[in-house]
Amino acid sequence: MAPRKSTKKPNVSAEELKAYYRDMLLIRRFEEKAGQLYGMGLIGGFCHLYIGQEAVVVGLEAAAEEGDKRITSYRDHGHMLACGMDPNGVMAELTGREGGYSKGKGGSMHMFSKEKHFYGGHGIVAAQVPLGAGLAFADKYKENGRVTFTYFGDGAANQGQVYEAFNMAALWKLPCVFVIENNQYAMGTSQQRSTSSAEIYERGKSFGIPGEAVDGMDVLAVKEAGEKAVAHCRSGDGPYILEIKTYRYRGHSMSDPAKYRTREEVQKMRDERDPIEQVRSLLLTGKHASEEDLKAIDKEIKEIVNESAEFAKTSPEPAVEELWTDIYATEVPQEA
Amino acid sequence: MATEILMPALSPTMEEGTLAKWLVKEGDTVSSGDIMAEIETDKATMEFEAVDEGTIGKILVAEGTEGVKVNTPIAVLLEDGESADDIKTAAPEAAPAADAGNEAAPAASEAPAPAPAAPQTDSTPDWPEGTTLKQQTVREALRDGMAEEMRRDDSVFLMGEEVAEYQGAYKISQGMLDEFGAKRVIDTPITEHGFAGIATGAAFGGLRPIVEFMTFNFAMQAIDQIINSAAKTLYMSGGQMGAPMVFRGPNGAAARVGAQHSQDYAAWYMQVPGLKVAMPYSASDYKGLMKTAIRDPNPVIFLENEILYGRSFDVPDLDDYTVPFGKARIWREGSDVTIVSFGIGMSYALAAADQLAEEGISAEVIDLRTLRPMDTGSIIKSVMKTNRCVTVEEGWPQGSVGNYISSVIMQEAFDYLDAPVINCTGKDVPMPYAANLEKLALVTTDEVVAAVKQVTYK
Repeated sequence: MAPRKSTKKPNVSAEELKAYYRDMLLIRRFEEKAGQLYGMGLIGGFCHLYIGQEAVVVGLEAAAEEGDKRITSYRDHGHMLACGMDPNGVMAELTGREGGYSKGKGGSMHMFSKEKHFYGGHGIVAAQVPLGAGLAFADKYKENGRVTFTYFGDGAANQGQVYEAFNMAALWKLPCVFVIENNQYAMGTSQQRSTSSAEIYERGKSFGIPGEAVDGMDVLAVKEAGEKAVAHCRSGDGPYILEIKTYRYRGHSMSDPAKYRTREEVQKMRDERDPIEQVRSLLLTGKHASEEDLKAIDKEIKEIVNESAEFAKTSPEPAVEELWTDIYATEVPQEA
Repeated sequence: MATEILMPALSPTMEEGTLAKWLVKEGDTVSSGDIMAEIETDKATMEFEAVDEGTIGKILVAEGTEGVKVNTPIAVLLEDGESADDIKTAAPEAAPAADAGNEAAPAASEAPAPAPAAPQTDSTPDWPEGTTLKQQTVREALRDGMAEEMRRDDSVFLMGEEVAEYQGAYKISQGMLDEFGAKRVIDTPITEHGFAGIATGAAFGGLRPIVEFMTFNFAMQAIDQIINSAAKTLYMSGGQMGAPMVFRGPNGAAARVGAQHSQDYAAWYMQVPGLKVAMPYSASDYKGLMKTAIRDPNPVIFLENEILYGRSFDVPDLDDYTVPFGKARIWREGSDVTIVSFGIGMSYALAAADQLAEEGISAEVIDLRTLRPMDTGSIIKSVMKTNRCVTVEEGWPQGSVGNYISSVIMQEAFDYLDAPVINCTGKDVPMPYAANLEKLALVTTDEVVAAVKQVTYK
């Protein structure tokens, strides 16, 4: 099956289209800034950038309702920005400062927001998949009509626990959208060299989980597929799989020179399929926005990102006492 | 304003690198994402992309230069309307060094008190005098503890292999499906890694799961979720969310089940910050600690023992009987030696104390009940009185619970010791199947008696 493309005449307003442009651009510029701060030594350790994959989270957030949950891997900055978390708090976590979402104790890979129903930020490949099914289990138990978006990559799709989770999610009809962000490389190994199936979503068939492939460079196609998946989950029919074919422009992490693919391959994707350029061109050709309008958005984003970098540089390091806090809870954290 | 482009750090460990090649020249315009240079790190040659748009005003470091320190300005980028003449030779903006605030040693929690004053311990009895007692097996007490908490709190549920329709592989959940229904007593497929993860996610989502492992040997399949997800999330989230839940099941040797079904995991889990670990011996403790474990807002490892399931003990007949974590129970008072144990180790400790009493040696026997938190105060207080200590457990000797206790005694009551502490443990071998070898592999009452005689020089 060919990946889902968006319908010719997208059923979205100019305002919505502009919002997707803005949200994707925020992720792009934020990640570029993070790369810059990493280069300056302000961000340490591992840092996995989301550049190129922006349409996936922005499209799916457009299909989510208030109270729906999301959980993902360590490539998590885009998910946090897309669900409305504060760029200052995210950037300050990257620099390991007090103003970060985890008070600087989590880092790039481990951030959470109870308020925005964002459940991390997990560093062990695929561990978030059973966890996401578990969040959906809790929602079904409480009969609250909520849906959980459980994101993982094509690399994680080869971990055994994904299929343990698929089995139980199907068996118990858990309201979980399993989102495979297929960026075609499991670290430095291409899908072809690591994965027996060309269409990963088809693996759901053996569990009775419906799914489909989606063009992940097309935010409207992602939104459309997301709406269908969410409706399926919310109506009590159990999980749904979206395999979103996307592409990361940068290496797996900051220290990956990405020699496993050609510069031309990356450039071709940037030139022909870039998710932000596609929406920009829709906006301009449809006369939904002028060059001036878009410049104003660019300027607004630049200011937000610069402010987040400034905040992340000036927020103090966590107090040394923080070393010893948050190891044990004294009362049950109430769900937001 | 002209901005300096700095030599980037391109790996977690890079401090300097070689500017191998410039792919732009002065006067070129670049936009964000364009590759400007190739830089060799200690590991690889990396492409270096522009993050802003502008014109390359000046190249400050020529290609081929080796040993360029991270954060050295390597080029100047001009915005629209600026010219290269505007470039001032400004001092490079060094990355603000992270404040080295590490000198304040946060030793508050662990530093042993230098003056070995007898520690304050809680020695109140577990139940008030005059309480009616009934005889119950560990199995029944454990079920009652879980069922009482499930009646009290709708968010508590039990999941695991064979817990519902089969009534529990070891019949711990007998009758619970009937009372609570299939929504709250849930049979899982045989998929420990997966259901431990689902339960942990459910705990993040506001429920209070009890996960039964048919035995803790199978929990090795799930240990990543137990430790990386359940134990660490509270810390990683800066206190925003955690996993209030219980992982329970039989642990350690049963009888004749061989190497893969006979391991004691007490020392493994006891090591992990973020987990609490209970390993009870008596039926009243199984009940009281289980109720406390379910109410605790943290992940609790509850290590049971198959051989103890059928043993009967006095259990107080109270409506809501709980036992706090971190409070040891002194089973028998004595003056010549302190024997410290927990779980099934207590049966050897108590049998040895009986035998020693006949020979005129008075042993004080301490049941730790929980290993994390551990009531080291009660151990120290007792050792200050007896000046001798023997620890007893079924687990392996290297990195054992007893090793840790010995170290605490050495640090906090060194001057009180009249003999080295002896750790009686299981033997340093995988569990054999043959009946005679299995008996040899486990710790024995005779070994405990011999150890006591050694430390009392009898």
